Amino acid sequence: MTSIKPTEKLRTRDVIAAAKKNEKFGKIIPHLLLAVTSVTVLATFGIIYTLLKETFIFFQEVKVTDFIFGTEWAPFSNADQAFGVLPLITGTLKIAGVALLIGVPFGLACAIFLSEYASPKLKKFIKPIIELLAGIPTIVYGFFALTVVTPWLQSFIPQLKLFNALSAGIVVGIMILPMIISLSEDALSAVPASFREGSYALGSTRFETAIKVVVPAAISGIAASIILAASRAVGETMIVSLAAGSTPVLNMDFTGSIQTMTSYIVQVATGDAGYGTTIYYSIYAVGFMLFLFTFLMNRAALYIKTKFREEY
Amino acid sequence: MDRVLQSKINRRLTKDSAMKWLFAAVVAAVLGITFFLFYGIGADGVGRLNLSFFTNFGSRFPEKAGIKAALVGTLALMAVVIPVSMFLGLCSAIYLEEYAKKNKWTAFIEMNISNLAGVPSVVFGLLGLTVFVRALSLGNSILAAGLTMSLLILPIIIVASQEALRSVPDTLREASYGMGATKWQTIIHVILPSATGSILTGSILSFSRAIGETAPLIVLGIPVIVQFLPTGPLSTFTALPMQIYDWAKRPQPEFADAASAGIIALMVLLITMNGFAIYFRNRSEKKLKN
Repeated sequence: MTSIKPTEKLRTRDVIAAAKKNEKFGKIIPHLLLAVTSVTVLATFGIIYTLLKETFIFFQEVKVTDFIFGTEWAPFSNADQAFGVLPLITGTLKIAGVALLIGVPFGLACAIFLSEYASPKLKKFIKPIIELLAGIPTIVYGFFALTVVTPWLQSFIPQLKLFNALSAGIVVGIMILPMIISLSEDALSAVPASFREGSYALGSTRFETAIKVVVPAAISGIAASIILAASRAVGETMIVSLAAGSTPVLNMDFTGSIQTMTSYIVQVATGDAGYGTTIYYSIYAVGFMLFLFTFLMNRAALYIKTKFREEY
Repeated sequence: MDRVLQSKINRRLTKDSAMKWLFAAVVAAVLGITFFLFYGIGADGVGRLNLSFFTNFGSRFPEKAGIKAALVGTLALMAVVIPVSMFLGLCSAIYLEEYAKKNKWTAFIEMNISNLAGVPSVVFGLLGLTVFVRALSLGNSILAAGLTMSLLILPIIIVASQEALRSVPDTLREASYGMGATKWQTIIHVILPSATGSILTGSILSFSRAIGETAPLIVLGIPVIVQFLPTGPLSTFTALPMQIYDWAKRPQPEFADAASAGIIALMVLLITMNGFAIYFRNRSEKKLKN
């Protein structure tokens, strides 16, 4: 980059030369920046490539159908090693199910309160606290589940084990709250005031306006926020690793230890399964499954948000 | 007739105010949970917070265990993450906001970024394990973990920086062009300085995400009990969340207290960073108003 010092006596020739140099430089810039920007594309392809490559090796040792439809996950068993992923998916769905059961009603109630009822002053007090909740690392949530929530639940559910799906699911539900609240509140706040005024003019109460006018008008944004939160719950790792145990089971019991796709990956990574073993490759197959789940959910959320957006 | 109508209206009004209080109660419950979470962890850990907790290495004996290696490791990790992710993020944001034409390639890049933002962190760990730890044979080093974490927070930094650049009013650009500045001069001397505040806010928040992430480190095989301080970017290390995870898993209650104390240290670090982020946000909001 050439610039001309203001103190120098300006000669037209120099000014033109400097401008030409700048022009040349300016032409390279976007290409350099584009090269750097391509890193994001490389990262996505890197993820897909590594997952696919190692998963492919895994499927040379384990049949694809045995993996997808298998009902037993026993990678560490010497006698009858089995790689049926259904127990891990069941565990993941248990966590996501409990999390949504907590996160959706609480999150939507908070979002409606913030957007329809709270005064700007109250909002200014509440929002930073919810942002604080969003900034807490998941390892802290996991520790909270293990040391606070589980003992508390055990005080009225005596058969609850130390590691269980219920406690971990509830805490994952708390973790996804800020996401549901802020995204849904954005959707609710985007509904024009004229909608509310029209509803009031017809004699509706504030609650009727919120439920029958504002929420339906914002439903695409709310649905997208719920799907995104579900995808976060599916991908959540530390809470389930700490509080939900590591027992892959295929049942409907929420009081016992389970294993999710994510916590299996962590279990193998902390153990000493050597490089190149079937167990080593299995984490990539599970990781690929997890990637597919979350990828499809995120795409679905985006699709719903753009496709079914109400035009005001 | 009037009486029927009146009672119907009364019922609706009662329902209205009941629901209002129900919503308020839910919000109060959420705030209560937040408080309970901090209190529950804080109360157990405070007793363990003393000078030796910060100056001791990890140990098999809970009363001797400290976070020296973990704290230094986390700071060393950030020394890689901050420059790498800021460079990649800022360049990408500048390209997408200031240069990119609206074509299929740009749309493809933007789609990639939003996909990347939704990938679970544990999957980033698998990427790092294959590419950085094994293929580039960086081992379980600060550099390998730093590069993995940089990719993890890259989408957040890009999106935040894009929003920051977009909020710079066009009048500033036009004034700069009017003075004869080139596009690049305008970006460097006019647009970036006025967007710095909001870029910093978004970046700091994403750095605090990187500090708290545990899952990718576990997958990369970052060790826990490390009895030395890292000597360079290729040195192995441990980090605060790894240390907390290890303590939290142990059955002895003394280790749970150590984990609580570690969490307090981690949260103090994160809240301080959030404080800076809020400070920069407020400052840039004021600047844009003037």
